[in-house]
Amino acid sequence: METFLGYERSDGSVGIRNYLAILPSVACANGVVAAIARAVPEAVPLYHAHGCGRGVEAMMHANVLANLGKHPNVAAVLVVGLGCEVIKAENLALAIGTSKKPVEYFNIQEAGGTKKSTMRGIEIIRRMLADAARLQRRPFPLDRIIMGLQCGGSDAFSGVTANPSVGLVSDWMVDQGGTVILTEDTEMIGTSHILERRACNPDVAGKIAKVIADAEQLTHDLLGPLAPFVISPGNMDGGMTSIREKSLGCIVKAGSRPINEVIGYGEIPTRKGVVLLDGPGYDMESMTGVAAAGSQIMIFTTGRGNPIGYPIVPVLKVASTSKMFEEMADDMDINAGVILDGAPMQDVGQRITDMVKRVLDGELTKAELNQQEGIVCIYTLHPAF
Amino acid sequence: MASQFIIIHPRDNVAIALRNLKRGEELLLPDGRLLTILADIAYSHKVSLEDIPIGAAVMKYGEIIGEAKELIRKGDWVHKHNLDIDDKKRQS
Repeated sequence: METFLGYERSDGSVGIRNYLAILPSVACANGVVAAIARAVPEAVPLYHAHGCGRGVEAMMHANVLANLGKHPNVAAVLVVGLGCEVIKAENLALAIGTSKKPVEYFNIQEAGGTKKSTMRGIEIIRRMLADAARLQRRPFPLDRIIMGLQCGGSDAFSGVTANPSVGLVSDWMVDQGGTVILTEDTEMIGTSHILERRACNPDVAGKIAKVIADAEQLTHDLLGPLAPFVISPGNMDGGMTSIREKSLGCIVKAGSRPINEVIGYGEIPTRKGVVLLDGPGYDMESMTGVAAAGSQIMIFTTGRGNPIGYPIVPVLKVASTSKMFEEMADDMDINAGVILDGAPMQDVGQRITDMVKRVLDGELTKAELNQQEGIVCIYTLHPAF
Repeated sequence: MASQFIIIHPRDNVAIALRNLKRGEELLLPDGRLLTILADIAYSHKVSLEDIPIGAAVMKYGEIIGEAKELIRKGDWVHKHNLDIDDKKRQS
């Protein structure tokens, strides 16, 4: 089995980065989190828009935030709360603390406002930084890795070049004992019986069928007369004869190995191999589901070109055409478009695999070099109250 | 030289055109056989790599994307006119 160099955490997970995270329990704390992050730029602020005002999603959002704190790439966490929010800083700190990593929290209302909270946060984060800097990379087998998959800004060649090449990387990762996360429910519509056949048992097959059926129903419920533009072969002129064919071009990212588990948004896999995450097609919210599941690395295929990264997860960009790769050279890591020029897909798959190995060992992706951390976007289905 | 078509999976019996293919032109397949194009086939559309009998599976991505509605000749364009994509029929 191949190995990578990572940072071991107290709960047995292994990170490929050694971040210090500053996590607001509620959006109202973003300003203080920003002030702390400006003073200590080594720390990673996890800005988000939630933490209060929601009923149905409150538990799911709490799980997402706690799991971002528990993430293997995070060495220690400071949770900054306001004091009167639904998702309490104290409870988040308790949940993150079950991973036995260093975690501290305080509330702005109790600390005495912005300035005092900022001072307090800076003091805590500097102390955590000194401790985290002592951690060293050591070799670990690849079965500790969860690799998330994402496609965004797809074009007609995403399913011809980039996604099938990444499928080869997924097969390699699973064969090494690792875990691969496939998500984006809307991009599975039409492939239910194909994915069900790949399920490791009838229970998983049933869950896959339900995820895809629900995604199709939701698309109808939300979009009404516009639904056919999402779930019908809207691009028949582009050569797709069916929605299945279009979706196959997306799910091919996950390679060909059995699907061993279906998890919800905000949940962490309990099994290795290919795991299907029930999540939205919208990239920014999808990436949060993938990160909250504990993915240490993400591969993001793109046709139109998307520069976005993720605050605590290195994101490796695979371009579907040489044209876009050259136009957005600053943002793209690998050009799968060379397949259109005659390069064998195996070679491109190998190139991505080699880069994944280097990124696991510490090489920075373009999104990391460009500081494309962005913010934490979390899925919601209901309005706030 | 740029490729003229791509076969995504070894099990596939269709390839994807990477430029507009003209009826009558001949392409060299990876196994050394010649493929004579039987119709004008637009860029990014599917071309059959073998004779596919009526009712037989059309494979892309190594998966069944539908069945032949009629005999699809090697070199022919594969699209909704000759590809049956009825999901319900297949799942029953």
